[in-house]
Amino acid sequence: MINIKGLKKRFGRLEVLKELDAQIQENTITAIVGHNGSGKTTLIKCMLGLDKYDGGDISIKDFKLNGDWNYRSQIGYMPQVARFPENLTASEVITMISDLRTGSSTQAEELISYFRLVDEMEKPLKTLSGGTRQKVNAIVALMFNPDILILDEPTAGLDPVSSSLLKDKINAEKTAGKTVIITSHIMSEIQELADTILYLLDGKIFFDGPVDDLIAQTGEKNLERAIAKMMS
Amino acid sequence: MTTLLKIIKYQLHDLLRGKWFIIYTAVFFLLTDGLFRFGGDSGQVALSLMNVVLFIIPLVSIVFGTMFFYNSREFMELLLSQPISRVALFLGLYLGLTLPLSAVYLIGVGIPFMYHAGIMTGGYWILLLVGVSLTWVFTALAFLIAVLSEQRVKGVGMTIVLWLFFAILYDGIILFILFALEEYPLEKLTLILSLFNPIDLGRILMLLQFDIAALMGYTGALFSKFYGNMFGSAVAVFALWTWCAIPAWLGYRAFSKKDF
Repeated sequence: MINIKGLKKRFGRLEVLKELDAQIQENTITAIVGHNGSGKTTLIKCMLGLDKYDGGDISIKDFKLNGDWNYRSQIGYMPQVARFPENLTASEVITMISDLRTGSSTQAEELISYFRLVDEMEKPLKTLSGGTRQKVNAIVALMFNPDILILDEPTAGLDPVSSSLLKDKINAEKTAGKTVIITSHIMSEIQELADTILYLLDGKIFFDGPVDDLIAQTGEKNLERAIAKMMS
Repeated sequence: MTTLLKIIKYQLHDLLRGKWFIIYTAVFFLLTDGLFRFGGDSGQVALSLMNVVLFIIPLVSIVFGTMFFYNSREFMELLLSQPISRVALFLGLYLGLTLPLSAVYLIGVGIPFMYHAGIMTGGYWILLLVGVSLTWVFTALAFLIAVLSEQRVKGVGMTIVLWLFFAILYDGIILFILFALEEYPLEKLTLILSLFNPIDLGRILMLLQFDIAALMGYTGALFSKFYGNMFGSAVAVFALWTWCAIPAWLGYRAFSKKDF
């Protein structure tokens, strides 16, 4: 379980997260939604320790974040934009990260063939298309079989085939008992995948509950309509 | 510790691919070799090299250091989402750059010098020591600037200003102070001021080796009296490495609080 209490984060004068409280249950797919700039990525980066927050607490599986970095071995992270050292090839990146994360068994080979990347592995990353890089990104996040998966707009830039492959994989991970946190702007995708929704507004949680509840509450036929109604 | 070594290994791997490494070595090699072929005795060569070392090494280290840091942004983001500590990453990046830069210098200058004049030549070891120290000092300053400034153009601009300050302006300021306060005894002030510029420290260490301190006038005599013995040299070397440790430590502090 991930427990977030009174989380505060500001960038200069811009207050992004204002005493945000949230809980993410184990073995669920939780979607974080909100308009552009609402702090979704900031929230994720605070959980990862990439952004240093100004106040509040985050605990992941009873470990309270304090600057120690070991807890990240339980997390697989897929950032919004795949950023890699440009001169390396995909297989070099995977070898490097496997080397740095010793002690973890990897399923890299299986994932490479699953995402149909076998032919792209030896090309420098800078020559690969955005979607292909995104798939490499997914492999890096998944290959250590982490308990918690944090996916920041995972399907952005993927073609329909790859996108379905990834969504199937995400569902399979949940079935395997993993906790998945996902952000997306595609409401149909969230409706398809997520159990719970965290709606971020003005640096706080505006709605927190099962996706079905939200739809039922507003009496609309799908999530996109339900959120539009809630906002109006 | 093993993580640190692995990070250094990947940095070296990445750097060695670039052509700059070979070019930088070749420049030093040809310059040293050329000076010996056309120049004459080893003392003159060492003096000519000293001027190159005191200007080029800080400039290359500080400019290349900031560029390198900015270009490693992707690498940092990738690694920091893995179970890797920030201190290992920062030290890995720092050593991953200072070690090859030092090696380039030691090979490019050390080998032709040894070949032409032998390692017992006066000033050989001090020339190598000062070159390596300045590499570490100015790479640390480069990292500090790059951590503090998000904008590349601003960061690189600041490094050039800082280099100009230490390489050229600082001496001008000292001269101005000495001139303005000429009525007073300034020995101690001059000595203290010299500690605040790593390039000056390097220059003093080398000049004292060459027995030409007299060329620097009365401050030179003063310096050779203070720095000329073991204690003074130790103070200068210590001050030089403090110039490496403090910016590196400040840079790490800022790095450990940075948002990625």
